[in-house]
Amino acid sequence: MAAGTAVKPITVDDAEEIPAQEFASIVESHRPQIFRFLLASLRDVDLAETLTQECFLKAHRNWKSFRGESSAMTWLMRIAINLQKDHWRNRRLQFWRHTRANAVDLEDASDWLPSGERTAEQQLLAREKVTQVWEAVKGLSERQRTVFLLRYVEERELSEIAEVTGLSEGTVKAHLSRALGRVRAELRGSQ
Amino acid sequence: MNFRDQLTGEADDPVLNEAVKHFKSSMDAWSEAAYRRPRAVVKMAGPRWRLATGWALGCLLAVGGLAGGVVEHQRRQELAKLAAVKAAQRAAHERLVAARSAAAAQEALDEQPAAEHINAVTSRTTSDQNLLATVDKDVSQEVPAAMEPLAQLMDDSGSQ
Repeated sequence: MAAGTAVKPITVDDAEEIPAQEFASIVESHRPQIFRFLLASLRDVDLAETLTQECFLKAHRNWKSFRGESSAMTWLMRIAINLQKDHWRNRRLQFWRHTRANAVDLEDASDWLPSGERTAEQQLLAREKVTQVWEAVKGLSERQRTVFLLRYVEERELSEIAEVTGLSEGTVKAHLSRALGRVRAELRGSQ
Repeated sequence: MNFRDQLTGEADDPVLNEAVKHFKSSMDAWSEAAYRRPRAVVKMAGPRWRLATGWALGCLLAVGGLAGGVVEHQRRQELAKLAAVKAAQRAAHERLVAARSAAAAQEALDEQPAAEHINAVTSRTTSDQNLLATVDKDVSQEVPAAMEPLAQLMDDSGSQ
């Protein structure tokens, strides 16, 4: 450093400001994906919002312990999966009641289709297929559903799914294969 | 979709691929709509304001309870005092009535012997006078005519 150059000292506030801004940008970029995953898992908008809030609150509290060994998205997704698991495990009866009371019906969930150039008939067929996939997803185990949604909704790599779920890649493939078999059977059953 | 794992075999199944693609599109659309839906923001009272309100209400209740207790205690004391005063007045009145009746009885008792004594004295005096008169009448003898001048003389000397 050249002599006479003024060095601005970093205050404690500055040191805390940097991670806060960094965290805000992470929330901004990853929140929709976490929300989408939780919404697909729970089919309950309010509950998905609540758990998304909890996810980022937990992430904020433990932000200093995040060492960057995995991507922020992987870390956040792991928190979201654990929250969902805890919610499922701890409040099983209440959760079911709550889910049954607030969860959107499969038919209603299937109503959401991107508006495109499809004809009415094509849209009807697409809606029917989406309903069938929902039916199959509904019948999956918790782990199979998580793996399926991470793979086909969040488009995560198998290695990343393995890291997020804490399973080996082989186990992830097995779960995914069973989940796909179920979806395929549902689709064939209706044909 | 190039990211899919070939080991799961979904790439060979166009029906499955299409269904999964629709499912993802549907999920994206739903999530997008739910994420961007307008939310009702309810402004809640701040914790400090709520705390102050809670304390104020608590203090008000405590003061009200204490004041009510004190007022009730004083009211009961006043009632007890009034009852005591009434009881004392009633007792004094009863004592006065009893004293009056006792005095009247005593007076009655006192008046009866005096009358009897007066009556007795009067009657005794009367009887004595009568007796003396009888005695005088019985003892006195008629002076013979021959002794009349002497008797008259004795009366004159006696009177002088």
